[in-house]
Amino acid sequence: MIDTKETAGRIAPDGEMTIYTAAELKTRLLNALEERDELEVDLSGVSELDSAGLQLMVLLKREAGERGKNVRFVDHSQAVLDVLDLTDLGSVFGDPVLIRSQAA
Amino acid sequence: MNLDAALKTFITESRELLQDMEHALLRLTTEPGNDETINAIFRAAHTIKGSAGLFGLDFIVTFTHAAESVLDKVRDGEIAMDADLVGLFLSVCDHEQVLIGLAANYEIPDDEIQRASDSLIARLEGYLDKKPSPDEKFEPQTATVPMAADAHVEREESEIEVAANHWHLSLRFGPDVLKNGMDPLAFLRYLSTLGRIVHIVTLSDSMPPAAQMDPETCYLGFELALASDADKAAIEGAFEFVREDSQVRILPPRSKISEYKRLISELTSEEMLLGEILVRCGTLTQSELDAMLHHQAQAEGGGEQKPLLGEVLIEQNLVQPTVVDAAVAQQKKVKQSKTTENVSIRVDAHKLDQLINLIGELIIAGAGVNLFAEKAGVPELQEATSTLSRLVEEVRDSALTLRMVQIGETFNRFQRVVHDVSKDLGKDIRLVITGAETELDKTVVEKIGDPLTHLVRNSMDHGIEAADVRVARGKPAHGTLQLNAYHDAGSIVIEVSDDGGGLNREKILRKAIDRGLVKPDQALTDHEVYQLIFEPGFSTADQVSSLSGRGVGMDVVRRNIQALRGSIDLDTVEGAGTTIRVRLPLTLAIIDGFLVEVAGAAYVVPLDMVLECMELTNTDREIDGGYINLRGEVLPCIRLRELYDVEGTPPRRENVVVVQYGGNRAGFVVDRLLGEFQTVIKPLGKLFSLIKGVGGFTILGNGKVALVIDVPGVVRQVASQEARRSAIPVLAKA
Repeated sequence: MIDTKETAGRIAPDGEMTIYTAAELKTRLLNALEERDELEVDLSGVSELDSAGLQLMVLLKREAGERGKNVRFVDHSQAVLDVLDLTDLGSVFGDPVLIRSQAA
Repeated sequence: MNLDAALKTFITESRELLQDMEHALLRLTTEPGNDETINAIFRAAHTIKGSAGLFGLDFIVTFTHAAESVLDKVRDGEIAMDADLVGLFLSVCDHEQVLIGLAANYEIPDDEIQRASDSLIARLEGYLDKKPSPDEKFEPQTATVPMAADAHVEREESEIEVAANHWHLSLRFGPDVLKNGMDPLAFLRYLSTLGRIVHIVTLSDSMPPAAQMDPETCYLGFELALASDADKAAIEGAFEFVREDSQVRILPPRSKISEYKRLISELTSEEMLLGEILVRCGTLTQSELDAMLHHQAQAEGGGEQKPLLGEVLIEQNLVQPTVVDAAVAQQKKVKQSKTTENVSIRVDAHKLDQLINLIGELIIAGAGVNLFAEKAGVPELQEATSTLSRLVEEVRDSALTLRMVQIGETFNRFQRVVHDVSKDLGKDIRLVITGAETELDKTVVEKIGDPLTHLVRNSMDHGIEAADVRVARGKPAHGTLQLNAYHDAGSIVIEVSDDGGGLNREKILRKAIDRGLVKPDQALTDHEVYQLIFEPGFSTADQVSSLSGRGVGMDVVRRNIQALRGSIDLDTVEGAGTTIRVRLPLTLAIIDGFLVEVAGAAYVVPLDMVLECMELTNTDREIDGGYINLRGEVLPCIRLRELYDVEGTPPRRENVVVVQYGGNRAGFVVDRLLGEFQTVIKPLGKLFSLIKGVGGFTILGNGKVALVIDVPGVVRQVASQEARRSAIPVLAKA
């Protein structure tokens, strides 16, 4: 189960973004996007990110782009950063991330 | 394990490899850019280097490594093998032989040889200037995956290059991967433990619009470059659990292709299917191969033409086309060489000689048995000894063929000679070889090399004219030297022909008169004039070159050939060219002979030179002119009695043995004909070597000694006597 704190323009998944929570997250994220033109996704609380979770991130970005909206991922947790490193998607998302000292 | 024996094998095989390398380099001068040849050269160098490493022969390893590095670049097309580079590699080959020679004697290079090594290495490294740029993704590596033999060496050279390999993986995970409890990211992490992911592209284009996207379905794919020392099996093993549903494609990087080609070519002595070959060399794993076969079978089942396995692999992008080609070529080669490969075996030459000696003794003993059997007059015994003789004869023939080698190998050595001498002389001379499969006795082959070399050099130096002279004469600018060999009447004939200027009769006659070899008014046939060049000290060369012209060559050549019981002759047409013909007996040791008797003593005539024999008719006896009438033809004759100065009067009935040699015929008049007789020729020994007309001796079954007639010598003598007798006297010159 995942909690999401939702404030205006901000959603912060808390817990794991994995296959176990993917279905639920998809609904929540898309709904959040539905309601606003700008959405900030706070990733500081993401304890674990797997492919399913990563897919959702990709999906969200794409949907926003297609609908002319803006989505930003912020405050990436270590787990998220590790995955972005691994898949070299940091630049793809275009969000500011901490620059790591050792390159991928 | 006996290291000495292993080292000996290494030396022998390295020498053969270097010979192959030399031949291949010379082939490149006529067919530059032939990939097959270039690869052969690379393989030779690589094998020598690897094996030398096993024996700790560092001086060879270092030297060969430099050569191999350049060859690797030639293979990749970065350097062209032009004439200069071929010349450099020929020098490299020669020097390699020197180093191998040192190794054979357990020696190491002295300062001079080391200097030579260093200078050649420096020249080779001059070709290695270009370094690959560092940000190329799939950087061709100069060091390949270390084989067991290389490992020792590669570590020592770590300051020059680092062994690294970039794999390319193409991953398309199946949709149910996540539902099956697996995570593609986990695979990526695992790959990171096998090496370093140099670059990765994550693909999500298969993800449908949000409404259809199932968050528990995997839509991700990855293209990544992996730097890793692991082999293909290890990398593919990582995907063991997702293989069924996902597309995992692993491509070795470009530089590994040559490695695979080499691996493929080193897989020998088994007939393998293409798929197995590729599995063996690591380009495919067994499971990929199975998938391929399944696909192939499906295509077949669907009524399409069954694509060849190689094509299927390429189509599915599993193997680079060049690797498949190499594997197919290897398969063809294996199929072809299978028929010939199992046939040859290395034998110590001494053992063979011993065997033939024994057989010779066996023949003599057999002859003795035959004789006693005849005397005893017991039919069963005679039959038995007859069978025995026949078997001994077969054994003899078999053993003799063991010693036969093809002359092609000797001829091929001349490619190098012609190449070098052409360069020295500044003439363009091509070598054509025919009759390379003609076989001759091993000992003859060894001894014929030097005389042939001299003849070849002579032809090139004096025979073939300079390019401008040739063109002025309407000949092609390049000269042709032909080496030919064939069998004829129990002999092997070797011809050295050139299309040069031919011999100038006038010049030769003049020189001969100058030197007092002939008298000014002596009547000589053309043939006799040309034979003068074989006289010691004779040379019509205006200039003495380092190659020839000093006048010590041709007579030594003739002597050497006569020592082999052979003869040398020549044909020439002024302006068109010269052909020198060397005739050698096929075997030196055991021959079929024809026994004759003169004044109670036995003489042997080699059977393959005997044409016929008959009784000397009374009419012929009375004509004492040195010739007889043979069915209307004149046959020069000689009484062996007279030839060997045997005392006594001829019997009332005499016989004639008609012999032929080298196109000349003659008749030997003897007392009795004693029949066919196998014999082992034993050399006469120094004391008797100057006797003319005798080529050896043998021991008869009854213990008596029989002299072997030197038919060529006697025939020559008889023929020239005859020619002189019939020559038209030349009008005295004014």
